[in-house]
Amino acid sequence: MDLNTLWFILIAVLFTGFFVLEGFDYGVGILLPFLGKRDEQRRAIINTIGPVWDGNEVWMLTAGGAMFASFPHVYATFFSGAYLALVLMLLALIVRGVAFEFRSKREDPAWRSRWDWAIFVGNLAPALLWGVAVGNLMRGLAIDAQMNYFGGLLPLLNPFSIWVGLVFVALFAMHGANFLSLRLDGELRARAEAVAFRIWIAALPTTVILLAWTFLATDILGQGLIPAVLAAIALVATGIFLKQARHGLAFLLGALTVVFATAMVFAGLYPRILISTLNPAWSLTIHNAASSPYTLKVMTIVALLFVPIVLAYQIWTYYIFRKRVSDKAETLIY
Amino acid sequence: MDALLLARLQFAITTIYHFLFVPITLGLSILLAILETRYATTGDETYKRMVKFWGKLFLINFAIGVVTGIVQEFQFGMNWSEYSRFMGDIFGAPLAIEALLAFYLESTFIGIWIFGWDRLSRKAHAAVMWMVAIGSNISALWILIANSFMQYPIGYAIRQGRAEMTDFLALITNPNVRYQFPHVLAAGIVTAGFLVMAFSAWHLLKGRADNKDFFARSFRWGAGYGLIGALLVAVVGHFQGQFLVEHQPMKMAVAEAHFNTEDPASWSLLTIGNWEQTEEVFSIRIPALLSFLTYTRPYGEIEGINQLQAEFEQTYGPGDYVPPVALNYWAFRLMVGIGFLMILMAFLGVLWRNDLEKRQRYLQLMVPAGLMPTLAGTLGWILAETGRWPWIVYGLQKVEDAISPNVPAWNIGVSLVSLTLLYGVIMVIGVRLALRFGKGDPAPAEVLGV
Repeated sequence: MDLNTLWFILIAVLFTGFFVLEGFDYGVGILLPFLGKRDEQRRAIINTIGPVWDGNEVWMLTAGGAMFASFPHVYATFFSGAYLALVLMLLALIVRGVAFEFRSKREDPAWRSRWDWAIFVGNLAPALLWGVAVGNLMRGLAIDAQMNYFGGLLPLLNPFSIWVGLVFVALFAMHGANFLSLRLDGELRARAEAVAFRIWIAALPTTVILLAWTFLATDILGQGLIPAVLAAIALVATGIFLKQARHGLAFLLGALTVVFATAMVFAGLYPRILISTLNPAWSLTIHNAASSPYTLKVMTIVALLFVPIVLAYQIWTYYIFRKRVSDKAETLIY
Repeated sequence: MDALLLARLQFAITTIYHFLFVPITLGLSILLAILETRYATTGDETYKRMVKFWGKLFLINFAIGVVTGIVQEFQFGMNWSEYSRFMGDIFGAPLAIEALLAFYLESTFIGIWIFGWDRLSRKAHAAVMWMVAIGSNISALWILIANSFMQYPIGYAIRQGRAEMTDFLALITNPNVRYQFPHVLAAGIVTAGFLVMAFSAWHLLKGRADNKDFFARSFRWGAGYGLIGALLVAVVGHFQGQFLVEHQPMKMAVAEAHFNTEDPASWSLLTIGNWEQTEEVFSIRIPALLSFLTYTRPYGEIEGINQLQAEFEQTYGPGDYVPPVALNYWAFRLMVGIGFLMILMAFLGVLWRNDLEKRQRYLQLMVPAGLMPTLAGTLGWILAETGRWPWIVYGLQKVEDAISPNVPAWNIGVSLVSLTLLYGVIMVIGVRLALRFGKGDPAPAEVLGV
């Protein structure tokens, strides 16, 4: 396997890690105002991801940085092309980050309520926008011979890509509810378990429609068929386990749904990364968009050395905070 | 306004804003780690109260630093796609390594630190703070390795119209980073020291009587820590200046308003230039001092702005190669002036450490003085970045060639206005929160359960 393919896989792994981990963070943020009725309940919900969301967000930053290092043309083309969409995403991510930190810094209920809605929007918008971004990756962009996309924002907001955005929101919300079922206690836990199934009922048809639409509108299923089938099976299994109240397995299968769906997109794209709808020859591929072999080699060594270390201490974090979070005021950390 | 100007303005605003918070993270994380280690090894409860108190300010600051950092990583591709294409082979690597080595470390361990007080032993929890401090400061190292290539390209070859890395070791041991990183690290230490002194001084002047011991002790830590940083930042800065005369002579020439080549070169105490900034109209100069500062001997030629401009035109073709003289001259003068003042004020804090409450006038000055390091840091970056004009990568790519060709000016207008507004709102909220906690009482020992 050449280094370009290896880096394509590594980027796919980083995005998978990002979607699985930030996926439940986004989901928890989206569910926050609806699941938590009282202040302590909302604090308990936030505390389930409190120790980990910041570290999880780094998966996105690392995916972006690794993209810059290994396929700089993809980074340049996509980030400049999707300019206004990314501005929206940045605004949402900024609000989200400070909202988690500032929310409980004052007792004032109005203050806290405002930040809770900021958390909701700050998690909903990136989930939706990443879906829209992936939708456009699947369809392709009007990229010219100089690797530039001049189309602006409106063509990115096509029905297919917006639908992918909705699927992202639905899957992440379900994933977040599953996570909360494992991490909360008492009344909140029961509420999360119930809502997880309700979201699954909405997520299933949304996702099935997307698969059919993907078949009709893109060529992704050509190479991505097997992971697509696996994603569908995992999603169905999630619902079955939810029905049987086996929430650990439901969480696992929900996570696998995200893993296989991401694998479907990347497998379908390979060896292209950004498809040009103007001329297939103008697509950005793992070869014409890549860094030099020397840089890829250096980055491979660095990644092989440090990714296992990162995984080790992130897993340790989940181990430290494995105890369920209760909404009893005296046990909450603000 | 055209897209280039808007994009530059946005980069300036977002970068300066980001760096208002970064030095506090760099310096205060280390100080908190030291204080918590003292708590873990001595069991002295005051140290835990100090970590908790200053830790609150740290977290407010940290959150803003992190979220504004995301913008930094994205906007190279968003606004400067031609730069990203030209430089990606070199610049992307340290950025990705920064995320992998540093962002994961600081972001994962800060979560453990906030929520882990009851889950970990004292020593383990202190070690977690060290991980945050190491992560933050390694992050600074890698972004400065990336920036150093822009200041002083090394270990590369131009192939297929782009800069390609040929020597990773040369990239990460860039001589520029050997000055720039310690300079920034020390700047972080000063910033944290002065922040602690500022709030402590306020409490000693106006706070409750039963808090005075706590804040006198905090002030002493801030003064000692700040003095170490202030001395280090000045010493390193001196050698950095010498390095720059050799490798970015134009930057230092404009920073010194040194218009024409001289040997020995005089040092400007005060220079006022003409409107076009091409020659001086009034100047007070100390003979031979610039040569002495540069070569540590009273002679030696130093090239002036006009001669350098002529040389650049010969090498790179016609064009304007002179960065804004007045801006850089005053940024440099003010930065260095504040730097010396900080040494003095931190030194007085150490000198008067045992009878601080009698030094009312000094304490009154130390409250606003908390902003001095931040101002100096901002001026330092203005010098580092605008002093490289017209280059985005010194000698290799000009700023005007680096911009995204496919992002229209109105798009940048939208992002510039929306980011600036949001940053403004967050600044107001963040400063208010910081003042609220900084002027509040430290938690008593029994509440902390020590």
